[in-house]
Amino acid sequence: MDLAQDVFRYVEKMPGGNLILTTTDSLFNWAKANSLWYLLFGLKCCAIEMMAAGASRYDLDRLGLMFRASPRQTDLMIVAGTVTAKMAPRIRTLWEQMAEPRYVIAMGSCAITGGAFFYDSYAAIKGVDEVIPVDVYIPGCPPRPEALIEGILKLQEKIKKESLTKR
Amino acid sequence: MNDLKNLKTEEYFLSMGPQHPSTHGVLRLILKLDGEIVTGATPDIGYLHRGLEKIAENRAYIQIIPFTDRLDYLSSMSGNLAFVLTVEKLAGIAPPPRAEYIRVIMAELNRLASHLIWLGTFSLDLGAVTPFLYCFREREKILDLFEMITGSRLTYNYMRIGGVAADLSAQFIKDAAAFIQDFKFRVAEYEALLTQNPIFLARTKNVGIIKADKAIAYGLTGPMLRASGISRDNRRDFPYAIYDKLSFDIPAGTVGDCWDRYAVRVREMRESAKIVEQALSGLPEGNFKTKVPLSLKPPAGESYAPVESPRGEIGFYLVSNGTAKPYRLKIRTPSFCNLSIISHVIKGWKVADVVAILGTFDVVLGEIDR
Amino acid sequence: MTEEKKISREELLATGENIKAQYNFLVFITAVDYPERNVIGMVYHLRSLGNRDTLIIKIDLPREKPEIASVAGIWPAAEWHEREVFDLFGVNFLGHPDLRRILLPPDWEGSPLRKDYTKPGVIKRPETIK
Repeated sequence: MDLAQDVFRYVEKMPGGNLILTTTDSLFNWAKANSLWYLLFGLKCCAIEMMAAGASRYDLDRLGLMFRASPRQTDLMIVAGTVTAKMAPRIRTLWEQMAEPRYVIAMGSCAITGGAFFYDSYAAIKGVDEVIPVDVYIPGCPPRPEALIEGILKLQEKIKKESLTKR
Repeated sequence: MNDLKNLKTEEYFLSMGPQHPSTHGVLRLILKLDGEIVTGATPDIGYLHRGLEKIAENRAYIQIIPFTDRLDYLSSMSGNLAFVLTVEKLAGIAPPPRAEYIRVIMAELNRLASHLIWLGTFSLDLGAVTPFLYCFREREKILDLFEMITGSRLTYNYMRIGGVAADLSAQFIKDAAAFIQDFKFRVAEYEALLTQNPIFLARTKNVGIIKADKAIAYGLTGPMLRASGISRDNRRDFPYAIYDKLSFDIPAGTVGDCWDRYAVRVREMRESAKIVEQALSGLPEGNFKTKVPLSLKPPAGESYAPVESPRGEIGFYLVSNGTAKPYRLKIRTPSFCNLSIISHVIKGWKVADVVAILGTFDVVLGEIDR
Repeated sequence: MTEEKKISREELLATGENIKAQYNFLVFITAVDYPERNVIGMVYHLRSLGNRDTLIIKIDLPREKPEIASVAGIWPAAEWHEREVFDLFGVNFLGHPDLRRILLPPDWEGSPLRKDYTKPGVIKRPETIK
């Protein structure tokens, strides 16, 4: 996406002056959507695809996504893998440590429904949305990096429709 | 200065993980620290325990293969291979020669991909970002090859009882051969960045030494064992598929420190490239799969077929009672056994060294927790 | 060469001491549950790194009170394998240095790999291959 064009969708130039006007909503949303820092946190196979998405070929940096190791510095949690009974409380804690506004992507079948471990597993949780609220679901086992990027673009669309007063 | 000497410090506990950039998954280490020195460590695993062994008891044999992908997800082919070999051993099925070659080609390409991820993340742990990007560049090329045949990048579900799921295409053979030619120069590139790098040497030489007797006592396998100077490799000791027809070296270290574990894996990459080259040139014509009923009922009994995965010995201990489902399936995974020594190795090192040592363990939590 | 030995649980430690020089490598320890025989069968898979021989030791334990001596003193690798069997089968290892649950949370109830284990919420997969 051409960033400059994106900006001009929101701002209006005043004729004859160097003053620009916009709403706080669109300014903040524009900033929020284009610097989603995600938590460096992987559970299973999907985490490898998440790493691949951040590495040479797919390069998430160009979308403004950078990984941070501390939940305090992040806006986005990508739950990549099976959530188990032992891990679920920890995911909840991590999510609570993130500062608002915070978003969650459930990446892969396991994080959505339990996936291959839906049947017969005594330890897997049937979807991370039993533990934390989820914004975007990305199906696949594991989803390709392209699918993850698509999911992130969808999340950016969602963020741009938000309002500071109504949330 | 004297005041500092008399300063009383307390031991405290640091919980490293389950969310930590350097634990490679959801491993948790509870470190007991005196200042920055580790005086004790308790690993806490099981954050990814899904109960695969129980699930397997309620699945037909062919339905278990996708689950073996999700054990060691960095080298799914080894998991696939170990499982189908175990079932074939029990049921007395012999795959056609072409399938045996294809299995070796895929397993070795997967070993390359797995070692590349390890090298990339390990160097990232030590602060070197460039090798990470280089390694992922080559890994993507291997994944493209896999995708061409199996349709997926990570979890292949490719091996079948009695063969493989799909034949190799002419395009694959051409591309794989070209990749291997190119890859030999790429390994030199990684080595140029790391092997003689003074910072890298300072972080790895003589750090986290595992003596040979300790390595055996704790049941280490794979590069971890070989780095301690014990030349044991299931590909040579218990040859499966066509490994007895191929010529390759088994690199071993001398000291058993982090650097040796690094060197063994890098040399293994060269050997794997050699194996793929030989297997590609010797690939016979013929069928890639024998007919095996969907609902296979192996005779009652038990079997175990060890396979050398990039991390060490992976094996399935299968107990059958003659029905279409296994009675019991125990999965012996290399990372589980390799990790059991960790609390002894990191004692006395600083927290920053724990990261380096754990990096050379090359653990995959999917197969530790199962 | 693979050898199989069936012994009683009292003989385990003495046998282990005798063979540990030859069979120096413990591949794995596991258990199999046989409710119809009322037995939990322990399986010790050992290997000689020298000549690559394999020895499988099997021991039957009563299902109600499965107890056996720990071999962690003979093969240190046994420590985690025994914790796993304790966790998933509820076998008690006497003399184990640190017998705790390893894979499941400490407050977990039951031994999931026993054949009669049930847990509310677990959905059984419908049969698709007969």
